[in-house]
Amino acid sequence: METTTKTDLEDFRLETRRWLEENCPASMRKPIKDSNDYFWGGRNAIFNNEDQKVWFEKMLAKKWIVPYWDTQYGGGGLSREENNILTQEMTRLGCRKPLFSFGISMLGPALHKFANEEQKMRFLPEITAGKTWWCQGYSEPNAGSDLAGLQTKAEDKGDHYLVTGSKVWTSYADKADWIFCLVRTDFDAPKHNGISFLLIDMASEGVSTRPIKLISGKSPFCETFFDHVKVPKENLIGTLNEGWSIAKYLLTHERQMIGGVGETDQRRELHDIAKDHLPMKDGKITDTVLRNELAVQDMNDKIFEMTIQRIMDEAKTGVNAGALSSFFKYYGTEQNVSRMELMTAITGSDGLVWEGKDKDAMNQARLFCRSKGNTIEGGTSEVQLGIISKRILNLPS
Amino acid sequence: MAFILNEEQKMLKDSANEFLAANAPVEQFRTLRDNNYEAFDANLWPAIVEMGWTALTIPEEYNGLDFGYVGLGQVLEEMGRNLTKAPLLSSIALGGTALVNSTNAGLKSSWIPEIMNGTKRLAFAIDEKNYFDPTAIETTAVTTAEGYSINGTKKMVIDGAGADAYVVVAKTDEGESALFLVDAASKGITIQTDVLLDAGTYASLSFEQVNIAKNQRISEPGKGKSLLNLVNNTAAICLSAEMMGMIHAAFEQTVAYLQERTQFGKRIGSYQALQHRAAKMFCEIELCKSVVITALQGLDKQEENLDELASLAKAKLGETIKVVSNEAMQMHGGIGVTDDVNIGFYFKRSRVAQRLFGDYNYHLDRYASLKQY
Repeated sequence: METTTKTDLEDFRLETRRWLEENCPASMRKPIKDSNDYFWGGRNAIFNNEDQKVWFEKMLAKKWIVPYWDTQYGGGGLSREENNILTQEMTRLGCRKPLFSFGISMLGPALHKFANEEQKMRFLPEITAGKTWWCQGYSEPNAGSDLAGLQTKAEDKGDHYLVTGSKVWTSYADKADWIFCLVRTDFDAPKHNGISFLLIDMASEGVSTRPIKLISGKSPFCETFFDHVKVPKENLIGTLNEGWSIAKYLLTHERQMIGGVGETDQRRELHDIAKDHLPMKDGKITDTVLRNELAVQDMNDKIFEMTIQRIMDEAKTGVNAGALSSFFKYYGTEQNVSRMELMTAITGSDGLVWEGKDKDAMNQARLFCRSKGNTIEGGTSEVQLGIISKRILNLPS
Repeated sequence: MAFILNEEQKMLKDSANEFLAANAPVEQFRTLRDNNYEAFDANLWPAIVEMGWTALTIPEEYNGLDFGYVGLGQVLEEMGRNLTKAPLLSSIALGGTALVNSTNAGLKSSWIPEIMNGTKRLAFAIDEKNYFDPTAIETTAVTTAEGYSINGTKKMVIDGAGADAYVVVAKTDEGESALFLVDAASKGITIQTDVLLDAGTYASLSFEQVNIAKNQRISEPGKGKSLLNLVNNTAAICLSAEMMGMIHAAFEQTVAYLQERTQFGKRIGSYQALQHRAAKMFCEIELCKSVVITALQGLDKQEENLDELASLAKAKLGETIKVVSNEAMQMHGGIGVTDDVNIGFYFKRSRVAQRLFGDYNYHLDRYASLKQY
């Protein structure tokens, strides 16, 4: 039995490899450079070039937009092992994801766990077909780290909810078709017990957005305003006033995504970049202080990679890794911030260029600025440390 | 191979945990220390042999278990947790690894069974300077008519006192660092011992025209450097496993203290200043667990990048044990700096363990050099 399965998987790998080699256009195997390289799908989907379209449509026909979801929802129905093989083979060839979607990485898992069958049939196939661009409505101007303090209200009006309030840090709200939202449905209950999880069509009357400019320049972030927006009752996911458990579940996925779990690191090794920029003597970087800082970064990057692998291996044996998402988020983002700080040190004055001829240099300064948000978005480092100390270490309140 | 223990390795770890809690807890360490720094508990070593721990890394052809370094690492981790004193690292992980990887069949068949059944034990003599530096060997092994004449001094020899023989690193006439097995009773050896910060006894050895037979050479000509490197990597990785156990114990005791100690009418673990520091330690410990298991597996699989793995492990564990032991002292407050509680033992042992076979600085620098920067 075991050997048959192994042979089957080996066949699957070879078939997959051949199919990818035949069908993935060469330009879709190059590393992502800027925002034009992402395809987000949606009602008004725009392909930035012909190859992007070809690649998306091939993968769509193969049902590999979300290869591991059930076929009834438009997924590929692959087993975990098959999906791992597909991911490995795509990584090996450098294939880009055919579709970038918060519907896949965030909303999908929540719908699978909390939505009723009718809702699943309504929303999941639209995600796998790339027809709906989803955005996330969580934070509010006065509810950042204290997310459960959110005040956007949804009043029960019999056949619908009436939603009023505003959300902030909604990525791509100006382009998205739908938003999954946390709203307050009970103002008298303790703050965690009066929250519900609602899906809202961005084309509804009363919804408006405003882009947010970050210190890095442009950004996908927006503010989103709801002014007496009518939302049908069937758009409520899960139980009324129990949306916080969905929110927490979904945040686990978001933290792992921001922390880089499951992503293959295709960035060049930092010390290789350093060697291109810094003076060397006898095979060593002459700035010994910087060399030391690079080695510490290098050591922790390497061991963090091992740790992601180890914890994923443990999860396969049934050890619950859920509480560890805060560790991934905290450590992964702190590492990225220190990496960008070191990149700035390595690239010297070139890395400070904001506007100029050297596009790579400009990009470095902006990436550096953008990284400052990593340890804030998705729950600050301090929030994650609080979660670790309470949920994992059982320290008292 | 997955970065986790298999069922057999897990069982070994659990049985080591149980055995040591019953037979060699930290209280035994205290008793030995108070008994004029006694090296080992007399009953423990035979019992450890009985458990099969001395046979874990010995090949089947010598009736060993051939269970591997991941297994030995689990035992050493549990020993670290209990600060257990026994010559498992010195005689098996260091001396044993040198012999098992030697091509000297005669030496192997006469010594391996003896160290495995615990009737004899080895000590590894490399350090000469104040810091670990395997490239700066000045002890010489001059070729003579019968074999070699050893001259030089060694220090920081773990469990050196009472060892039956020393594995000595010395330079040959050709300038190669080679390994020799020198009987402790040989003429010309003087031994002096120091008790260090961790209440352990370490030997300084002086070799003055110590004559040994030709067949006492462990490393064959041309292979000295690679065998020495393997022993050093093994030492760094096995010490990392031991340090892992110490880190777990010190951290668990500290978290327990944060949960129970009350000041200003609240348990001190409720203060964010302490919570965040504890949570940061938790993260570093997660990293330590990964690098230790990866490095132990690297030893078993004889990975090509073993040098890197050994240095990553020893550097990371060295960094973390310093943080965790310092925080353990600070978070225990006044009681932590008294000799009445055990937490100070971990602090003191941590500094010696992280110094042995290359400290944090040594291994971080070695890692950067291996990566060619």
